[in-house]
Amino acid sequence: MLHCEKLTCVREDRILFKDLSFTVNPGEIVQVEGPNGVGKTSLFRLLVGLSSPYSGQVLWNGNLTSEDRESFYQELLYLGHKTGVKPELTALENLQFFQQMHSSFRDADLWQVLAKVGLAGYEDITASQLSAGQLRRVALARLWLNDCPLWILDEPFTAIDKSGVAVLEELFIKHAENGGIVVLTTHQDLSIDSSLLAKITLTKTAADIYV
Amino acid sequence: MFKAFSQVVSKELKGAFRRQSDILNPIWFFIIVVTLFPLGIGTDPALLKRIAPGIIWVAALLAALLSFERLFKDDFIDGSLEQLMLTRYPLPWLVSAKVFAHWLLTGLPVLLVSPLLATFLALDIETYWALFLTLLIGTPILSLLGAIGVALTVGLRKGGLLLSLIMLPLSIPILIFSTMAIDAAAYGQSYLGLLALLGAMLVASITLSPFAIAASLRVSVS
Repeated sequence: MLHCEKLTCVREDRILFKDLSFTVNPGEIVQVEGPNGVGKTSLFRLLVGLSSPYSGQVLWNGNLTSEDRESFYQELLYLGHKTGVKPELTALENLQFFQQMHSSFRDADLWQVLAKVGLAGYEDITASQLSAGQLRRVALARLWLNDCPLWILDEPFTAIDKSGVAVLEELFIKHAENGGIVVLTTHQDLSIDSSLLAKITLTKTAADIYV
Repeated sequence: MFKAFSQVVSKELKGAFRRQSDILNPIWFFIIVVTLFPLGIGTDPALLKRIAPGIIWVAALLAALLSFERLFKDDFIDGSLEQLMLTRYPLPWLVSAKVFAHWLLTGLPVLLVSPLLATFLALDIETYWALFLTLLIGTPILSLLGAIGVALTVGLRKGGLLLSLIMLPLSIPILIFSTMAIDAAAYGQSYLGLLALLGAMLVASITLSPFAIAASLRVSVS
């Protein structure tokens, strides 16, 4: 269970959102919506602890995330705007590093995972030669390689084609059905059943919450 | 835990060997700066021998400075730094691995070419030995101190100059004790005490600076 309590985010002396509270339960997919510059990415960075809130707190299963980082990060997979893929390494090497550092699936077949994200035949090409969409796919391949219950994904569909989006939506639903949590932002319309999908809408003036 | 350390080191080395100019440029710079001195001030062996330790140390310092930009900058730009901060391993431990890899790529080559440069500058074997030992102990301290500076400036667009302003004053003590040790060796005196002081600095920076680097990175990234 991910719980935010009265989060306030201040950027350059401007309040992006104030007293934002919400709870996400296992099995839920939450889409954070709102126009550009409203603070979606800032909210995500607060959630994962990359930046600290002006006030308020984030709790994971009842524990403050800022106090027990290591055990929170064991259960968290975060994908930001930047892919975190090293351009001088190949797709396979990038994934291997992730597997060693984050994953508990030590013996998963990385070739198969790369084929799943449509990168069969590109395993040994350095990431600098891949297109933007393919880079994003290398980063997204990590979704198949972890058993973290909490996925926080900032614009996961950027540069991904339609069939790729469909595959990801399916994966999100499966993750939620297994008791996982997906929190994501996207400007695309998701074709996920509304019984599974909740929305948080950030507006320019204040944060309104529809759950 | 140790596996994570070795994973980070091997990833860094793999990446660096794909971009060989990154390894070669600082070391070329080091060699060229040192060779410029005999050309500029003449080849009198007595004079060269007198100023050699200072030249080699200052050149090593500048070469280290040149290589620091890359330490966290690329990772910051492509997002791997964020991912590194979100692993289950303590950040100070992981940044130690990065700094160690950085030393392997910049400090170690300086040690390896130092015999060549000692010959250029007419150093005798006893003095060279002292120079080698001070470089062996001193270059890891430079890497660790520099990493704090890089971590503080990584989010800035033009952090390079600021980095030199932070880093160079911090390295003055190392420079002073190293050249004192080498001078002592040149006069045939014992320099063990000075080496011990450098060793103490190394131990202090190994134990403390990873925490400073990790904290600075958290500030820079947020």
